[in-house]
Amino acid sequence: MRAARGIASRAHPLWLAYVLHRLSGVGLAVFLPFHFWVLATATTAPKRLDAFLAMTEASAVKLAECGLVFLLAVHMFGGLRLMALEWLPWRPSQKSLAAGAAATSFLIAALFLLKAV
Amino acid sequence: MTSKSLKVTIERGAAAKSAQHVFHVPAHESQTVLDVVSWIQQYADPTLSYRFACRVGMCGSCAMMVNGVPRWTCRTHVSKVLEGNAITIGPLRNLPTIKDLVVDMDPFFEKWIAAEGMHHGGLTREDPIAPVDEKSAARLEANAGIECINCSVCYAACDTVAGNPEYLGPAALQRAWTLLNDAKDEGRNAILDAVSGKGGCQNCHSMGSCTAYCPYELDPMSAIAGLKRETTKSFFNRVRGC
Repeated sequence: MRAARGIASRAHPLWLAYVLHRLSGVGLAVFLPFHFWVLATATTAPKRLDAFLAMTEASAVKLAECGLVFLLAVHMFGGLRLMALEWLPWRPSQKSLAAGAAATSFLIAALFLLKAV
Repeated sequence: MTSKSLKVTIERGAAAKSAQHVFHVPAHESQTVLDVVSWIQQYADPTLSYRFACRVGMCGSCAMMVNGVPRWTCRTHVSKVLEGNAITIGPLRNLPTIKDLVVDMDPFFEKWIAAEGMHHGGLTREDPIAPVDEKSAARLEANAGIECINCSVCYAACDTVAGNPEYLGPAALQRAWTLLNDAKDEGRNAILDAVSGKGGCQNCHSMGSCTAYCPYELDPMSAIAGLKRETTKSFFNRVRGC
């Protein structure tokens, strides 16, 4: 609890961008094997794939997809931000870049959600 | 002086988390965190150990954790960090505690040396003084980091240091970047070798805590990014045999 409070007290926008990037990476790493397994059922068990695809009409699954797209977007923009930060000799406001990346990610996720519902 | 008092919790010693002492300190206008610690030592508990020297933000010796954040205590006003009526003060993070609020700065300065953070001269006193172009891009990069006072706030703020004891840390790497851009320093290869090792600049995750908390508003994160670019260029140049 004390450690969590210590972390919270030191948190700042760039640090949060770092945490978001890492957590989204872990989330995608957990998702991808499952994703490939589902794709593989197209050749090994087509009926199971059809049943699974039917599930994607459920609202809960659509919400989960929205979260997935958010993870993808935030990880991509977070990565681009990091590469720009480290490999381009800029002196920009890095906080603005981080905020821009997060905002764009939210925008894409929101658009996906609007399209899905 | 007012009749109000502050509830000050001091986390003492190596077992700081389990040795918390609470003091009630008279509140004043324009009171710094160092003033609070000094009051406790002078009027409440003379056994309290802490470190300070100049009191004006130049010597870099009074840094402590204040409400979980590393700060230079002599220039931190209590009114800016007070949580309700309380404040918690502890020894700097990421360094061994000697006693109470005093940490051993040896690892910090040892890494400063390990990063080749010393001048590498190539001239003698008989040589003419080398001209320095104040407007060159390299000089501007060097100037950006030369005000570092070695307070170790960035070192205490860095989560990479916390997770990797071998990591040289933001201050040492920023010093290396300053020297790398200094026209009068001739240790380029030695510096690049030093900062590209196991605990070198590529360990940095660009969390930015060093830049966020530097009391002089320096930007070690960008300095380390510069080192990352230079060490990478140096690596490919060596591969190509340049």
